[in-house]
Amino acid sequence: MKDKIIQFLELTGFTWFVPLVKLATGDSPKRQLQELAKMVGIPLLAIVIFLGLWHVGAAKVVTSLGQVPGPVQVYEQATILVDEHYQERAKEAQFHERQEIRNAKKLEKNPDAVIKVRAYTGKETYFDQILTSLWTVFVGFFIASLIAIPIGIISGLSNTLYSALNPLIQIFKPISPLAWLPIVTMVVSAVYVSKDPLFAKAFVTSAITVTLCSLWPTLINTAVGVSSIDRDLINVGRVLRLNYLTTVFKIVIPSSIPMIFTGLRISLGIGWMVLIAAEMLAQNPGLGKFVWDEFQNGSSSSLGRIMVAVLTIGILGFMLDRIMLTMQKFFSYDKNAVIR
Amino acid sequence: MEKYLNIDHVSIDFPTPNGPFRALDDVSLKINKGEFVSIIGHSGCGKSTVMNIVGGLYQATQGGVILEGKEVNEPGPDRAIVFQNHSLFPWLTAYENVELAVKSIFKGKKSAAEMKDWINHNIELVHMSHAKDKLPAELSGGMKQRIGIARALAMEPKVLLMDEPFGALDALTRAHLQDSLMEIQADLNNTVIMITHDVDEAVLLSDKIVMMTNGPAATIGEVLEVDLPRPRQRLELSDDPKYNHFRSEVIHFLHERHARKVA
Repeated sequence: MKDKIIQFLELTGFTWFVPLVKLATGDSPKRQLQELAKMVGIPLLAIVIFLGLWHVGAAKVVTSLGQVPGPVQVYEQATILVDEHYQERAKEAQFHERQEIRNAKKLEKNPDAVIKVRAYTGKETYFDQILTSLWTVFVGFFIASLIAIPIGIISGLSNTLYSALNPLIQIFKPISPLAWLPIVTMVVSAVYVSKDPLFAKAFVTSAITVTLCSLWPTLINTAVGVSSIDRDLINVGRVLRLNYLTTVFKIVIPSSIPMIFTGLRISLGIGWMVLIAAEMLAQNPGLGKFVWDEFQNGSSSSLGRIMVAVLTIGILGFMLDRIMLTMQKFFSYDKNAVIR
Repeated sequence: MEKYLNIDHVSIDFPTPNGPFRALDDVSLKINKGEFVSIIGHSGCGKSTVMNIVGGLYQATQGGVILEGKEVNEPGPDRAIVFQNHSLFPWLTAYENVELAVKSIFKGKKSAAEMKDWINHNIELVHMSHAKDKLPAELSGGMKQRIGIARALAMEPKVLLMDEPFGALDALTRAHLQDSLMEIQADLNNTVIMITHDVDEAVLLSDKIVMMTNGPAATIGEVLEVDLPRPRQRLELSDDPKYNHFRSEVIHFLHERHARKVA
């Protein structure tokens, strides 16, 4: 049991907790405490020093929106955002309750009455916006992977195709999401016309922009991974007379999985960075729009709320990276490889 | 008598920016069924190229290879190859590595249970049953090569090709594997072509030693028939005058008549 927990923590990268688990199970307390001090104490100290510098530094800068908020004010804004979320949810529940009662009364008077069920149209809360951002980046990243992995595999297998695609990849790779966005917006407006769209245009635009920017690391890493397969492994496949598809699925993909995941991890990181910029301009109701709206709003609490968003973006980005790291470790056949 | 495997006037050119480079020139060799043939020569003499042509991985520029009356043009499981660096799939266990080969060759010919027995039988043959569920990374070099041999044997090849199979192993492990190979050979009586640069290994294992001249345009210098009785014992042979005679023949060929000018 204990070993299993430790193994899980190591796989997921939460090595901080390993000494805690060992401590809880009574494994030489003194050494575990030393380990803990080293692994948790040092990062914790760094965070405390950072907060201190922030607190002192922020007080010295005065903007047109007032003083730059320090950690305390940012924390206050975070609690306010959480409160707002619960208030909004309570309002929503009340709205639905009222509607149900009203409809029930109507039906009581006249069983044939046509009743209307309306959806609640209150504003999104901070948590809704976080979920929107996560969903958008996931969709964009998913489409990008769906395109990049197969193309990467095929171009890794064929030198001709690789030399054909390489200049295109190199040209498109460094393009900023802000440059793509106007084009994507116009194309989406022109092509994606529907009376009752399944997804909002802003969402589609943001997701496609994420796709365009997060395509390249996966594509390049997959192609490199595939083209650097041990020749002898391919020769084994030739001796066994495996056909093209079997070779791809049994030999090529498994042996390039570590490189593919390295690419996916970089792609997701880029996608998350790109998303915030895309949401700001496309007005997709996620964290990017939140930041932009607060900036336009310009109240005394705006800077604090933006900083909450900035920290949220950072922490979520870190968590996404951890998830990818865990998957990378899980799928890598070389369990001894050091992956950070 | 019609020979089992006939390497017939094989030459091969590799294209280089300065025109074709002739690696092998007019190599002819006839091998009987059940014969164990070693090809020995200095590194770079093209001995691996001979094997790759028989294996079908390379195409001869001139001449060809005929196995049981049919020309060899592409790789196939009838000419299983044991690579120097084991070439096991690192993401599969020892068992699964053999399984991949067996499943792709005997699909539709053997039932699932028969295949399982056949895989286990071949793993047992190389004495690896205890570690069949381990990944290659968890096995020692010698163990990996044993699984590589098991995988090749499981293909039921007409000719077993071995490219310096023990070259990457330490001397003791190598001796161990050589003994295992002789034991298996006594059982199965396979036709084997083995590339080696180890004189003792060649004399101990082979019925016939093919000595190659240095490249470019390498060809067969001499063929030595090793008619030592089997089963052969490493210890007894080390004092056997006949064994030492064969040994010195090969050494004289390699280091006197065809010594490499530049190491």
